[in-house]
Amino acid sequence: MNQPDDALAGPPLLEVAGLQKSFVTRRNLFGRPVSHEHAVRGVSFSLQRGRTLGIVGETGAGKSTVGRLVLRLTEPDSGSVRLLGEDVLASGQRGLRRLRRRAQMIFQDPFASLDPRMVIGTSVGEPLLLHEGLRGARQADRVGELLGRVGLRPEMADRYPHEFSGGQLQRIAIARALATNPDLIICDEPVAALDVSVQAQVLNLLLDLQAERGLGYVFISHDLSLVRSFAHEVAVMNHGEVVEFGPGAELFDNPQHPYTQELVAAIPVTGPGRRRTNAAAAGPPSSPATRPVVPPLLEGQST
Amino acid sequence: MQMAVENPEPLLEVTGLSVEFRTERGWTKVLDDVGFSLGRGRTLALVGESGSGKTVTSLAVMGLLPPRGSRLVGSVRLDGRELVGMPESKLIETRGRDIGMIFQEPRRSLNPAFTVGEQIAEVVRRHDGLSRKDAWSRAVEMLDAVQIPEAARRARHYPHEFSGGMCQRVMLAGALVCRPQLLIADEPTTALDVTVQARMLKLMNDLQADSDLSILFITHDLAVVSEMADDVAVMYAGQLVEQAPIDELLVRPQHPYTAGLLASSPDVQGTVERMRHIPGSVPAVGNWPSGCRFHPRCEYARGGQCDSDPAVLLQVGRGRLSRCLRTSELTLQGVQT
Repeated sequence: MNQPDDALAGPPLLEVAGLQKSFVTRRNLFGRPVSHEHAVRGVSFSLQRGRTLGIVGETGAGKSTVGRLVLRLTEPDSGSVRLLGEDVLASGQRGLRRLRRRAQMIFQDPFASLDPRMVIGTSVGEPLLLHEGLRGARQADRVGELLGRVGLRPEMADRYPHEFSGGQLQRIAIARALATNPDLIICDEPVAALDVSVQAQVLNLLLDLQAERGLGYVFISHDLSLVRSFAHEVAVMNHGEVVEFGPGAELFDNPQHPYTQELVAAIPVTGPGRRRTNAAAAGPPSSPATRPVVPPLLEGQST
Repeated sequence: MQMAVENPEPLLEVTGLSVEFRTERGWTKVLDDVGFSLGRGRTLALVGESGSGKTVTSLAVMGLLPPRGSRLVGSVRLDGRELVGMPESKLIETRGRDIGMIFQEPRRSLNPAFTVGEQIAEVVRRHDGLSRKDAWSRAVEMLDAVQIPEAARRARHYPHEFSGGMCQRVMLAGALVCRPQLLIADEPTTALDVTVQARMLKLMNDLQADSDLSILFITHDLAVVSEMADDVAVMYAGQLVEQAPIDELLVRPQHPYTAGLLASSPDVQGTVERMRHIPGSVPAVGNWPSGCRFHPRCEYARGGQCDSDPAVLLQVGRGRLSRCLRTSELTLQGVQT
């Protein structure tokens, strides 16, 4: 894997250029903005069909905002987003509807993204109703198919979200995202809330669906090890900017930007002989002279 | 690695610990006959997924389980003293002075209405009876020890003025201010960014070096365990399933669940076409399978044996325990070195 696929010529699935977004963080007495937070500053990348772009970075780096801007869940200040050559930002209401059909999103907390009062069949069927006008038995058939595809039983459609485990709920969220037959799925920390043994199941499902349908993924995560094994290309974000971009394994094995180097060095490693050697990002092991110690209790302090 | 030569008695010894919670359907067992011991100056990691019982174990050790909604049998001995059945007033004293605790979300454990200096000083005033002034200087000293820059000035700040990583340092300062023998850290870096996590782990390791502070480290993350632990106890469905010194566990796991966890860790996978995983999901609390509780998800499970005979914890080497009926027949793969 990680070889560029030359069969995929033509316009890229997703092309993002010069994306900017700032949020107002303070207003004066008259409601005029006086300070801004530049959440995303000039982000550009492109993604081919059947490929995965990983976006990594720490809290506040702007990685989730990029995901939202691409889908116009948040309106960008400037820049351009093209999906299969079509300008997403210029499109009106109808264009936006077409966009939402071709590009879907899944989130970290699948329980929060499903209505707790709706049986999951209704949640999964909703996009079918909205985009294709499917109802009744025909809708139910499609919902059953979709649930089957993500490894659940069709009759589970009549159950409520609280009856499922976290991993199953994320499968349901994936089924709902698939309902519109999208070309692109933005995955925002899709397995961060799941148990380690279950994470890989959901990732394998995403890999299978990608191979089957040529889906493109924008995979947003704080977990660098995960992105390394899952993404073809990786963008490292810091303070709203992409500081480094490259093929996944290469970028992690040979990071160029100082920030990427710091991140990579800080990744804890599963393996023997690590105890008390400490990650390089935190500096070399302290010498006894500079090592922090709990100060002894003062004279007469102890009882 | 230094050994506590002068005092070979373990600091913490937990034996036969079982816990039940009151639910709508009566009493439900959440912890089943858990036992382990933690030596002085050492770190034991309790590893498990959601519902494995690792947090309940730590709460039981601290005596923090709700008295009405839970019942507990077994023994928890700290430095030779039995904590189970100890009167609440003595327990409160022990908790602050001999046991320090830090949790996953430091901000939730700090009071937003008081400065961090006041909150740490309060701990020493209460447990060591220091004057207000001495307690304050002790708090500043402690904030400095956890490497908060300009500790004297920062002590006058409120929790919201600190980042998540700095809040966790404040918690650590409060937990260690009375120089406890035992620190219980429940997923202390799970909510932190990776660079902040690395610095926090290093700080904890540094504070422990040359002291006889023992750490009970609770986490789901085997990579963090590799960086922190001397010994590991792996929990599954309310039971201890494997216990071993860290490097032995990583290189040669004895229980299929441990091997599965190791194989599904993302950093062990490398770049692969498909990720290795454990099929199925963690069973719900109280809804545990018969026989070995891991058998429905185990690739080595054998019908007529693993699904019916209860698995017992067996000694499988020096300091090593495994709860697998087939442990002697299996050669499981660990992390490649």
